[in-house]
Amino acid sequence: MNDLVSHAPPAFVKEGTNPYPELFRRDYAAQSPAYTPIYKTSVLRSPRNALLSIDHTVSETTGPVFGHNELGLLDNDLIMNYAKDGEAIGPRIIVHGYVLDENGRGLPNTLVEFWQANAGGRYRHKNDTYLAPIDPNFGGCGRTLTDENGYYYFRTIRPGAYPWRNYVNSWRPAHIHFSLFGNAFAQRLITQMYFEGDPLIKVCPIIKTIPDEEAVNRLIAPLDLNASVPDDTMAYRFDMVLRGRRSTLFENRLEGN
Amino acid sequence: MSVKYLKETASQTAGPYVHIGLAPHQAGFDIFQNNFDNNLVGATTRGAQIVIEGRVFDGSGSLVRDALIEAWQANADGRYNHPGDRQKTGSVDPNFRGWGRACTDFETGIYRFYTVKPGPVAGRSGKVQAPHISMWIVARGINMGLNTRLYFADEEKANEADPILRGIELKKRRDTLIAQPSQKDGKTVYTFDIVLQGDNETVFFDV
Repeated sequence: MNDLVSHAPPAFVKEGTNPYPELFRRDYAAQSPAYTPIYKTSVLRSPRNALLSIDHTVSETTGPVFGHNELGLLDNDLIMNYAKDGEAIGPRIIVHGYVLDENGRGLPNTLVEFWQANAGGRYRHKNDTYLAPIDPNFGGCGRTLTDENGYYYFRTIRPGAYPWRNYVNSWRPAHIHFSLFGNAFAQRLITQMYFEGDPLIKVCPIIKTIPDEEAVNRLIAPLDLNASVPDDTMAYRFDMVLRGRRSTLFENRLEGN
Repeated sequence: MSVKYLKETASQTAGPYVHIGLAPHQAGFDIFQNNFDNNLVGATTRGAQIVIEGRVFDGSGSLVRDALIEAWQANADGRYNHPGDRQKTGSVDPNFRGWGRACTDFETGIYRFYTVKPGPVAGRSGKVQAPHISMWIVARGINMGLNTRLYFADEEKANEADPILRGIELKKRRDTLIAQPSQKDGKTVYTFDIVLQGDNETVFFDV
């Protein structure tokens, strides 16, 4: 589960060439197709035409850059960042790991955003009407930048499962949503992290849209007691991988790069 | 034996509550001091200020009112604010990141970006790309973010020569990427509707 070990050689960047060359083609065999009738909302929201493949230009190989001065000190602490007259209720957890590329290299200084339901499975959102109560001290979102090695961490409470209208009696496994930038707009990715041992994982239609079992397993964060704080907070480890970049052994004809 | 690489993490839908994490004001609360939003321009950004405005439709022709859209673009000189842009012409504008995010309104379904019109950008093999904005759309029911490009109707000549637009065989489909200008309250507004599925389905790219 989510135990990423890379044996791949790092992409080689020849001196004097662009350190941000083209990205690997996306491997769609390990990604959900757009049209997945078991997840009913996808039926009318999935394009019917094939995606048009384009060669990368500078428009795809670059992306927005964010700075530490844009984030607040508590942005990575969901227990405290919306605390009003107390702390958020629920099991205290740390989530940590690396954002890597397919070459196994850590992606430094990349924005990681996350959001989730509270311990009762209720979102602080005007469209969520589930009967579980809002926690007055829990907002449910945060963000951080990876360090120079691609490492990130944040503190939160473990979210609860909640019902949703797909089939009658459909329940989402406890999960945290992640949004990742990498360093190219073509790496942009949103995903969800699940918790080791949750029996709802194998019956979730949204997870079942992923055609590859190994790809599903990589979304399941294992308990990481070594990173836990004794008598205080448990930890879960979640590494994520964005598309790799090709080596620049020989200059190609990609202009403007 | 095969060469071992890590595999890209599987995408999962942004879900109906994407606003909590990426646009908390739209979810109905205030948490961050600094919020990322749909305004790409600062007081000193160079270039002609424009508004991008549109709606997102599903396969039944209904409005998608819970979508989130991000825009990534070059500045008025055609330069991206990123170290990977090594074009020789023009210069980076320190007051323009070139990125923003907008949500379709829960009632009207309309999204808006406030930005500047980008300049033409170098393409591959010495070709030039017409001014364009890269767009990425996520929502409940979209398993993996959809990539498309907005082009400008008043750049007819540049669009005619654009290598990406030329790669779209059917003219009718090419037209789904062209935003039409109009004047509203003294501002130039480009209308760009995105159709997820159906007769006028927007061209989406495997980038």
